[in-house]
Amino acid sequence: MSDVTDIGLWGVPLAIIGGAIRVSTPFLFVSLGECITERSGRINLGLEGTLIFGAMSGYAIAVNTQSPWLGVLGAAFFGMIFGLFHGWVCKFKGVNDIAIGIALMLLGNGLAFFFGKPYIQPVAPDLPAISFGWWSDIEQVRAALQVNVLFIIGLIIALFLAWGFKSTKIGLTVRVVGDSTDAARAIGLEPNKIRLLSTAAGGALAGIGGAYLSLYYPGSWNEGISSGQGLMAVALVIFARWNPINCFWVALLFGGAGALGPALQSVGISQGYYLFFAAPYVLTLGLLIATSSPNKAMESAPGELSITK
Amino acid sequence: MKELATTPLPSQSSLGILKWVPRLEFVAIPIFAVICGFVIFSIFLVLLGKSPTDFFALVYKAGFSTAFSWQNTLSRAAPLLLAALCVALPAKLGLVVIGGEGAIALGAVAAGAIGAYLTNVSGVIALPILFLASAFTGAFWIGLVGFLRIKRGVNETIASLLMAYIAIAISNHLIESVFRDPASLNKPSTASLSEALRVGAMPIGIDVHWGFLAGLIACIVSWILVEKTTLGFSARIAGGNIRAAQVQGLPVAKLIIGFTALGGAIAGIAGFYEVTAVHGSANASVFAGYGYTGILIAFLARHNALAIVPITIMLAGFEASSGLIQRRMDLPDATILVFEGIVFVTILFSETLYGRFRFSKHEYWKAGV
Amino acid sequence: MIKKNVTRRTFLGTSATALGATALATSSLTGFANAADLTVGFIYVGPKDDFGYNQAHAEGAAAVKAMTGVTVIEEENVPETVDVQNTMESMINFDGATLLFPTSFGYFDPHILEIAPKRPDVRFQHAAGLWSADKHPMNVGSYFGYIGMGQYLNGITAGHATKTKKIGFVAAKPIPQVLLNINSFLLGARQVDPEITCQVIFTGEWSLAVKEAEATNALADQGCDVITCHVDGPKVVMETAAGRDAFVCGYHANQGPLAPEKYLTGAEWNWASIYTGMVKTVQDGGSIDNFVRGGLAEDFIKMSPLGPSVSDTARAQFEATKAQIMAGGFAAIKGPLKDNKGNVIASEGQSFVETDIALESMDYLVEGVIGSIG
Repeated sequence: MSDVTDIGLWGVPLAIIGGAIRVSTPFLFVSLGECITERSGRINLGLEGTLIFGAMSGYAIAVNTQSPWLGVLGAAFFGMIFGLFHGWVCKFKGVNDIAIGIALMLLGNGLAFFFGKPYIQPVAPDLPAISFGWWSDIEQVRAALQVNVLFIIGLIIALFLAWGFKSTKIGLTVRVVGDSTDAARAIGLEPNKIRLLSTAAGGALAGIGGAYLSLYYPGSWNEGISSGQGLMAVALVIFARWNPINCFWVALLFGGAGALGPALQSVGISQGYYLFFAAPYVLTLGLLIATSSPNKAMESAPGELSITK
Repeated sequence: MKELATTPLPSQSSLGILKWVPRLEFVAIPIFAVICGFVIFSIFLVLLGKSPTDFFALVYKAGFSTAFSWQNTLSRAAPLLLAALCVALPAKLGLVVIGGEGAIALGAVAAGAIGAYLTNVSGVIALPILFLASAFTGAFWIGLVGFLRIKRGVNETIASLLMAYIAIAISNHLIESVFRDPASLNKPSTASLSEALRVGAMPIGIDVHWGFLAGLIACIVSWILVEKTTLGFSARIAGGNIRAAQVQGLPVAKLIIGFTALGGAIAGIAGFYEVTAVHGSANASVFAGYGYTGILIAFLARHNALAIVPITIMLAGFEASSGLIQRRMDLPDATILVFEGIVFVTILFSETLYGRFRFSKHEYWKAGV
Repeated sequence: MIKKNVTRRTFLGTSATALGATALATSSLTGFANAADLTVGFIYVGPKDDFGYNQAHAEGAAAVKAMTGVTVIEEENVPETVDVQNTMESMINFDGATLLFPTSFGYFDPHILEIAPKRPDVRFQHAAGLWSADKHPMNVGSYFGYIGMGQYLNGITAGHATKTKKIGFVAAKPIPQVLLNINSFLLGARQVDPEITCQVIFTGEWSLAVKEAEATNALADQGCDVITCHVDGPKVVMETAAGRDAFVCGYHANQGPLAPEKYLTGAEWNWASIYTGMVKTVQDGGSIDNFVRGGLAEDFIKMSPLGPSVSDTARAQFEATKAQIMAGGFAAIKGPLKDNKGNVIASEGQSFVETDIALESMDYLVEGVIGSIG
């Protein structure tokens, strides 16, 4: 690190960019997953548990196989199992999808902590990152522009989903089911089956989000790895108005704003650091209030969604 | 309106005592579900080579057998009863409020900060002041969620969660800056409350503070409010269908703000008891996640305020047994989380059974008579 | 609402009977401990293997386990709420524990102070608490180590390793123990080069993985090329810093295996020696002092083995300073010294030796530390 440049106050915007890239990925994957699930008319509030189980299982597999990519696949698989279970249970009459989600969050956390004990100590291989900062001589810029492959995959999935919901038959099917169970049945669709698959897909993406936490950033498995990111990401889908592209922007906003607190301290602004740490929440709430309106409340919300009915 | 609320069948009077039999499913199905959960968890234990009988004996022993077990269970239950109501009350209007933790935190800070200045005031005067301060703070915070919903159409789920994080940041900031007691060296706290401002244990022989009774009363009063008053009836109508309620001229906006504020007030009271009965000052240990556990309890209780009581006591008893399970069975602390997760999933799954059994139909019993 | 002191008295009466009842009823599921055994309970605020604070205590508990005539019981992830009060009483009621080590700082006031008067037959040993005879029960003891000296030695290796003359510190909260560590780390480094500065970032929580990683990155962005921390589990800070090509100094436990090439040394607790000693005292019928402190010389703390990147000159100064500390009476905080707002901390000739109790209420960052409290 002999070539370190003194970047002074530039550290703040750089940290926000770097933070947006580093921290946003779990939010992105969970919110994209939840976006699919909610578009089909179900809500899975339990993705926090899926995220944590994904973090643990991905890490455990990577430790045992020495392959982080197998870890990601394993996390997606276990996430899918959680999603399938949620989707299956919720097809029964009288079962509340929000409540099952909360119980599954507890179960997912419990199983992850239970089976994760032996994996707190071992070190797993990290996921690779791509350097987009080769053009710069400044070490800090190169570090900030280390972009993990999963971030790019997340962006591609967001674009793909946006296109898919609009222009493909599958996307349309999911949306019809999400907007009206009766209408979907009338045209011969099977709402329960489509919701089952949508929830499974959502779970798989949340699992990958967890694997990012344990295998890349911060890149280790411990019981405090998530601090509620899965729950937050589920809520952010509402803010993103069930639009995958918005999910991407919201995740970036959240990650970037989260970097503000440490970055300001690093340039000497440390009074009231708790309040700076609240920046992502304050910013999101502010934007939410500004962009909401009592008259067109939730106009893009899937009609069958219990949380916005 | 009252008649409508209890949905009687015309023929019910002729059934006599048997009219209560259909209600049995509200007892029978959860018990059946809990037993199923126990069986599934037993299989989990057997696969791990551990003894289910030991496990359940320890849960009973640690949570429900001796006077101390009950102290352990009920003292854990106290804040959870209050936290669950912060979810259950707005849920009557169809609102999913998941940010009760914020109201608990701010309620605690209000009690701690104001209490610090009431050093020479007797408890009879000061405690009601602190109680109201916590309640108002909580009411304001969660009421704001309802207000935003009405005025700006802001979704209450995300708003309440964001506001919970903001509330905790504000609480931490206040505790570590303006209200910090300089003597609280390694654990930043507000000044210790004087002895007069401490809420003690109830005179029942075990060390359970008055917050538990407050929780019980809050549950009962909430149940009466929702099930037995016109206000509660209006709320349930609005919860079923907001537009229909508006067409009928019900004051939906007032109901939403009122119920969210009431839920927030009750969560704030949980903060009051944490400070005055447990910690003796406000500090970061007060935000221990009770608000989030409350969400789970409220949904398990199907937002029925009375059902919150047994569910909370069961959950608290499980939590109370965590230590003994760790120490005696050489299992990690997460074992209890897995156990709770399985039991709660089966309870929620069992909700599909309601109305499916013949004994749960009035006609069945009428025919029998 | 009845005042607490009234109910405490009524409780004492009933708890005695309750105790008798449990003593009779416990036989069914116990039987794993010999009657003559001393039962010692350890309570942790986080997971036992966090590479940090809790692991350090758990390693001490493991050493006690190896002793004969002792049964060790443990509980992890116990929050600083009514939960820990119940855990302590549960260990006493159900397992017959007579010596408890509730290890988290936040367990002291009010939780230990609530339970201890009710259980005069049980000894409560608490890490870092400020026990004082006029305020606290006699069956409560407080012990702690002068780990600031360890951070001072960390600082010496850091001072030799840094090229940018900037070192970094990820801290949880601005409390005296943490401030002493930050100040010691910088003052150690300044023994090598008085131009060195130390950047500090507070995360506000004892355990918050993503924030700790972000803080570490922010320090690296500002050019800090040696980083240490005071959070409960330093694993994330160590790995993130090493990933940014910075050197690291450990804290609480040995984090060397996490970044073997980048690890300089670390300030570790040495609870094994302390806990076995305390348990031995109780076994022999003696009583532990209520207020115990110790440093390197008393085996309360130890340093991780020096890493491969530590130069010979650094090693020499490290060993020499360590020997001075071992000899006793060493002062890291000594005049002339100002805090980073310009106030005089110590005038010429004035010094605060490691044992000075005033250091346990430190409320300043010394000159050269970039950051502020609160």
